Amino acid sequence: MIAETGLIALWLAASLALLQFALGAIGLRAEREDYFAAIRPVAVAQGVFVTLSFLLLIWLFLRSDLSVRLVVMNSASVKPLLYKFAGTWGNHEGSMLLWVTVMGLAGAFIALFERSLKRETLVATLAAQAFISLGFYAFLLISSNPFERIFPIPAEGQGLNPLLQDPGLAFHPPTLYFGYVGLSVAFSFAVGAMITRDVGAAFAKAMRPWVLGAWIFLTLGITAGSYWAYYELGWGGWWFWDPVENASLMPWLAATALLHSVTVLATRDGLRAWTLMLAVVAFSMSMIGTFLVRSGILTSVHAFAVDPKRGSFILALLAIYIGGAMALFALRVGTVKEGSRFELVSREGALVANNLLLSVILALVFIGTLYPLLVEALTGEKLSVGPPYFNLATGPLALLLAAVMAAGPLLRWRRDNAKALLNRISIPILVAAAALFALALFTTGMSVLALLGLALAVGVGVASFAPLWKRNLRRTPIHTYGMIIAHFGIAVALVGMASESSFTEERLVAAKPGDEISVNQWKLKFEAIEPVAGPNWTALEARMTAQYGDGAVHDIQPQNRMFPTAQTQTSEAALLTRWNGQLYVVLGDGDNEGRWQVRVWWKPFVTLIWLGGILVALGGFLAMIGRLRRGYKQRKQREFVEAML
Amino acid sequence: MKAKHQRLTLVLLAMVALIGAGLLAAYALQDQASYFYTPSDIAERKPEAGQAIRLGGMVEKGSIQRSADGVTVQFIVQDGTAQQRVTYTGITPDLFVEGSGVVADGRLDANGLFVAETLLAKHDENYIPRELEGIDMTSGKHKTETLVQ
Repeated sequence: MIAETGLIALWLAASLALLQFALGAIGLRAEREDYFAAIRPVAVAQGVFVTLSFLLLIWLFLRSDLSVRLVVMNSASVKPLLYKFAGTWGNHEGSMLLWVTVMGLAGAFIALFERSLKRETLVATLAAQAFISLGFYAFLLISSNPFERIFPIPAEGQGLNPLLQDPGLAFHPPTLYFGYVGLSVAFSFAVGAMITRDVGAAFAKAMRPWVLGAWIFLTLGITAGSYWAYYELGWGGWWFWDPVENASLMPWLAATALLHSVTVLATRDGLRAWTLMLAVVAFSMSMIGTFLVRSGILTSVHAFAVDPKRGSFILALLAIYIGGAMALFALRVGTVKEGSRFELVSREGALVANNLLLSVILALVFIGTLYPLLVEALTGEKLSVGPPYFNLATGPLALLLAAVMAAGPLLRWRRDNAKALLNRISIPILVAAAALFALALFTTGMSVLALLGLALAVGVGVASFAPLWKRNLRRTPIHTYGMIIAHFGIAVALVGMASESSFTEERLVAAKPGDEISVNQWKLKFEAIEPVAGPNWTALEARMTAQYGDGAVHDIQPQNRMFPTAQTQTSEAALLTRWNGQLYVVLGDGDNEGRWQVRVWWKPFVTLIWLGGILVALGGFLAMIGRLRRGYKQRKQREFVEAML
Repeated sequence: MKAKHQRLTLVLLAMVALIGAGLLAAYALQDQASYFYTPSDIAERKPEAGQAIRLGGMVEKGSIQRSADGVTVQFIVQDGTAQQRVTYTGITPDLFVEGSGVVADGRLDANGLFVAETLLAKHDENYIPRELEGIDMTSGKHKTETLVQ
C-alpha cells in the first residue's frame, strides 16, 4: 500500500503542478486577481504532496520492501541502514524524484516567503517553476516510475553498487541536486522577470539568495565529490576532468559568474541582459550536467546509472526549456532597458572581467567535454579529451581570474583609477613576488603553472583581507566578511592544488609482510595480511604501521573488499592526515611469491584543497545570512514607516 | 562613456573573449586530444611513437604476465583481428581480469609496445566501456548473469 500511496501522491503533485502553471499562464493573460491569489496555496500543496511521495519512497527503502522493483534493483535487506536510506537516491528513478521534490519545495518556499517581488513577476516565476517541474513529473510517471512493483517477489535485493556504499554518497548527490534545483529557481525568476518585463534591482534581490544557495550547495557538492573520488577510487587524484566531474563544474562556473553579475544588478542596476542570459546558461548547464550523467553518452569513471533512452528524454526537456528561454530572451532583450553606466576601471569593470573569464573557462570546459561527441557524430572517429587539454586551456585563465579576484574588491563602484588600485594592492603584490622568489630559489622541478599558482595564491590570500583595511571591523557588514572568507578559500584551495601537483611523492612496491617502505619522512612497516568481514562484504586487509620522522606510530589498514551480492571488488585506500599533508596507502593484488602490491603517496597540504572548498561555501553562507538579515530589516523598517503613516 | 559606447564595448569584449576561447580550445585540442585506437587501428595506421592515444579492447586470455618487480604487468589487448602488447606499472583496477574489456591511456614506444599510464576497467560488472561497443564482447566474462530479471 505504501508504494501505491506514494504513486498517488506523485500523481496529485503532478496535477497540482499543471494547475499551478495554468493558473499562472491564464491569470497573467486575463489579469485575473483571483488566479493570482490561488497560485500560492497550489504551489504549497504541490510541495507537500511531492515531499510525501519522496518520504514514502525512503520508507520503502528503509523497510527493504522487495515487492518494489526499484528497491530490489538497488538495495538489499542486509545493507547497513544508512545505505538503505542513501540508496533511495543512489539510482535514476529515486534521484529524479529527489530532483522534483526539491523543486516542489523550492516553489512552496517562494510562495510562502517571497514578499518583495512584484506580484505579476512572482506569479510568472511560480508558473515557470511549475512548467519545469511538469517535465520531470512526466519523466517519472511515464518512463521511470519509482513505485513499480515486481512479481514474483525475489528473496533478496541486488544491493547497491559497492563503490556507492560510502558515507560520501549519502550527501554528495543530493547536495549537487540542491544546487542544480537552486539554479532552476534562478532560471524561473529570470523567465518570470522577462515575461513581465520587470528586470531590475528588485528582481535581482529576490533572485540572489537562490543563486547564492545553489552556489553554496554546488561548491559543497563538488568539494565532497572530489574528496570522495580521491579516497574511493584509490588513484590518488582529486580531479580527473572526467565528464561527470565537468558536469558539476560547468554549472558551478556559470553560477559563480551569475552570483557576481546579480550583485551588480542588485547594487548598481547594471548588467541586466547579461544577468538574464547567465541565469539561462546556468540552468542549461545543470540540465546538460544531468543529461551527461544520466545518458552515459560519454565514457566516465563515475558511470553508474546510465540508460540512453532516459538521456534522450532529458535532452528533449533541455531543448524545450532552453530553446524556449532563449527565444523569450531574444524577444525581450530589446525591451530590457539600459542599466546604469560605469567606467572600465571600477568594481563593475572587475566583475565584468570576472564574468568574461568565467564564461571563457566554462566554454573551454564545455568544448572539451563535448568535443568527442561532436567528432564522433561528424567523422565517426573516437577520441578522448583528458587532463592535458583541460589543464593547458583553463589553468592560465584560472590564475588570471584569481588575480582579478584579488584586485576587484579593492575597487570602488562606478569609477576608480588604476594608480589608486596599485597603491591599495601593493602589499599583496610584494608578498606574491617574495613568495615567487623564494619558491624559485628553494624548490626544484615545479611546473611554471604550479609555481605561479602557488605564489599568486599566497598574494591572493593576503589580498582577500585587504578590503578590511582601515575599516571599522564591527560595522563591516556580514556579507563583506562572507566575500572575504570565500575569496580566501579560493586562495587556500589554490595552495593545496599547487602543492599537491608539485610536491607529491609516490612509491609503488611489491612488499612482503615484514618489509619496510619509506616515502619522504614516513616509514611504513608492513605487518601482516588478514581477512576481515563487514556487514555485506569480506576483505583482505593489510596491517601496517606508519611513523612520520620520530613521531608517534599509527596503524594504517588499506583493504581489498569483495561484495558477494554484486560480485565486485573495490580497494579501500587508507589515509593518515597530518597538519602538513596526507599519507595515502592502497593495497593491490598479491602474487604467488607472497608479495603484495602497495602504493604509497605522501601529499603535502593536499587537504587544503577541500578545506578551501569548505571556506568558499562558508563565505557564501555568511553572505546569504548577511543579505537576508539586511533585507528583513529593511522590510521591517518599511512596514514600520507605513504603519506610522 | 556614452551608453551606446559602453554597450558596444561590452559586446565587443564578450566577442573577443569567446573567439579567444574558441581559438585556445582549438589549439589545445589539436595538441592534447587523444584518439581512440583498437589493436586493428594500430595495425592499419600506426600512430607515431610518443603520441598520446587511448587503446581499447579485450584482455587476451592467458596473456597477463607479472614482472619480477611485482608491480609491472604485461598483457595483450585484442579485438578479434589484431593484437597489441601493453605494459603497465601500477596497481591494476579491480575488474582487470583476462577476457575483460579494458581502456588504456598511454603511448607507443619505439618498439611498438604500448606503455599505459592509466588503465580503466570499470567498477560495475555490467559496464561495457562505450568505446568498446561494437567489438565482439562474447569473450567477456563479466556479463549479466548476476541480474535477477
